[in-house]
Amino acid sequence: MTMMKHLLGAAGALALTAGVASAEPALIYDLGGKFDKSFNEAAYNGAERWAKETGGSYKEIEMQNEAQREQALRRLAEAGSNPIVTTGFGMSDPIATVSKDFPDTKFVTIDGWVDPAEHPNVLTIGFAEHEGSYLVGMMAALASKTGTVSFVGGMDIPLIRNFACGYAQGAVAANPDIKFISNMTGTTPAAWNDPVKGSELAKAQKSQGSDVIFAAAGGTGLGVLQAAADEGILSIGVDSNQNHLHPGSVLTSMLKRVDVAVYNSMTQGAELDTTMQALNLASDGVGYAMDENNAELVTAEMQAAVDAAAEKIKSGELVVHDYRTDDTCPAATF
Amino acid sequence: MDRLPRWADLTLVPLVSLLFAAVISALVLLVIGQSPVEAFKVMVDGALGSPYGWGYTLYYATSFIFTGLAVTVAFHAGLFNIGGEGQAQLGGLGVALVCLSLPWPHWTVALIAATAGAALFGAAWAAIPAYLQAKRGSHIVITTIMFNYIAAALLVYMLVDVLKPVGQADPASARFPVGAQLPALNDIPGFNLIFERPVPANVTLLIALAMAVVVWALLWRTRLGYQIRAFGKSEAAAKYAGINPVRITIIAMLISGGLAGMMSINNVMGEAERLLQNSSEGAGFIGIAVALMGRNHPFGVVLAALLFGFLYQGGAELGLWTSIPIEMRIVVQGLVILFTGALDMMVRMILERAFGLVRSAKAMRAA
Repeated sequence: MTMMKHLLGAAGALALTAGVASAEPALIYDLGGKFDKSFNEAAYNGAERWAKETGGSYKEIEMQNEAQREQALRRLAEAGSNPIVTTGFGMSDPIATVSKDFPDTKFVTIDGWVDPAEHPNVLTIGFAEHEGSYLVGMMAALASKTGTVSFVGGMDIPLIRNFACGYAQGAVAANPDIKFISNMTGTTPAAWNDPVKGSELAKAQKSQGSDVIFAAAGGTGLGVLQAAADEGILSIGVDSNQNHLHPGSVLTSMLKRVDVAVYNSMTQGAELDTTMQALNLASDGVGYAMDENNAELVTAEMQAAVDAAAEKIKSGELVVHDYRTDDTCPAATF
Repeated sequence: MDRLPRWADLTLVPLVSLLFAAVISALVLLVIGQSPVEAFKVMVDGALGSPYGWGYTLYYATSFIFTGLAVTVAFHAGLFNIGGEGQAQLGGLGVALVCLSLPWPHWTVALIAATAGAALFGAAWAAIPAYLQAKRGSHIVITTIMFNYIAAALLVYMLVDVLKPVGQADPASARFPVGAQLPALNDIPGFNLIFERPVPANVTLLIALAMAVVVWALLWRTRLGYQIRAFGKSEAAAKYAGINPVRITIIAMLISGGLAGMMSINNVMGEAERLLQNSSEGAGFIGIAVALMGRNHPFGVVLAALLFGFLYQGGAELGLWTSIPIEMRIVVQGLVILFTGALDMMVRMILERAFGLVRSAKAMRAA
């Protein structure tokens, strides 16, 4: 892996020193780092897949502070990178400022929102996390023997509340008497990478009766999954398929295909279609993971119930509430 | 042990410390298979090689001047204020509340009000640890650290549940009205001849420099400054001389917190133009290193702030143009802090020995 990184890095540096202003794509990772086992890493995986399949190279930057966002966008655009793919809502505002100065460069904001009418060269990719979370919430309630399920979030921000809200809605739909517990890890960005605290929270939730825990907390979630495995209860992974981390203990994973979004954007290249994308269940942008690691945990009845709900959501018959539209949640309070 | 001449203490010690940090950084870079020369060139070119680079270097330096001064003032009173981070975040909250409260007619008016708001909120956040230290003897280091976490929690609550416009995914306040947006250096006549492209450095830089002069005058040219320094040198002697320890502890911490809070006019009002989560981004902690390196003197703080501004901007450039990993930039910053702060005595001892040898050689010849 490290070797690979060096090689790619060297390739990137060579391309730069040669002064190539070709339409090489660029990827900007949000604060939190490239290898967070979750959101940023999914973006990295998507870019790697693109590089492997096409033999192309891309430029990548990890953000260290807020002021660097605009700086990185400008410098990459000036160097000819196109499209410039970014992860995290924090990039939206800087993109709205910069994109006007580079009308020929395409920008992608994943998880953010930039007004497409004013910025025709910006592609907004949003995910319906609430829909995927709803399905794993149903599965959690169906798998729970204690009638209590819980959630561990990273920081208490609207995005994470949307995960929790969808999860709670699904749990209540499967079992109206379900008890729902929710905890956030911390109040600083360190909360995204604190597996020890995640494990403590998981144990505390178990002592409150929970036997299925959904973690949407970046690297912290690894501690939650570990503690659940140690304590003999179930957990649910997030973003990437984390079923393999603790076979027989991870009930399922809520998939958020950031990798697909990055891969598709890079594949389209400079000809990127900037029509806003809402990646949901219907477009396979979110979902739940089934493989040999969790086959024994999920019964046929459970899967049938969840799949039926998924079909209803896809057809529009069932609408899962999106916390971010009005900052309220029908099934949980924060 | 021989004392160092004053010029050597002020210039040679920091320079030799920096040299050590640079040499070890270069070795680390060699070990991971990167070229130190190339890295240094990228950093210098990117941070100091163009007005654009300077615009970022000065922007970071502005924040560090404020937090460095904050640590300096408290340090002269014998207090170690580690709460600059929390005080700066609260200062940001003060700035946001002021900027969003009224449709400001002109940035000058808004700047005065926001500066007052930032200083007031920062000072208020420092007041509680100050009171606990002065009256209850709770150690200021512990309480100020704890208040950083409380500040972060308060900010999350304010941004997610109070200040955030409904339907916005980003936990941030609304954008400040146009009348409350500060001109960047490229918008100011005179400066715009140098800075042709948009840079984040803004008028706050001038305020930071002015505050350095104010802090210098306060500490060395006023009665209060004398009391603060006397109290910091020896609490017992200061008490005997009739200086009220409770009063000095609280006043020094209020000034310190106010200065830390004022950094938020640079990043919140001058750059982001809205309040973001974690807006101070560690500048409160960097302030400690800046004050240590600047020998707790306002002018030293300005120079050290420039150095750290260079490290920040140079580090960003490394990220843009080389494959040196992000962690490496933190290693370089850490080495500078280690050598200028913690290992300061080591460098001084080496130099003292060297000077001692030179002196005795001279004495021998004279004899």
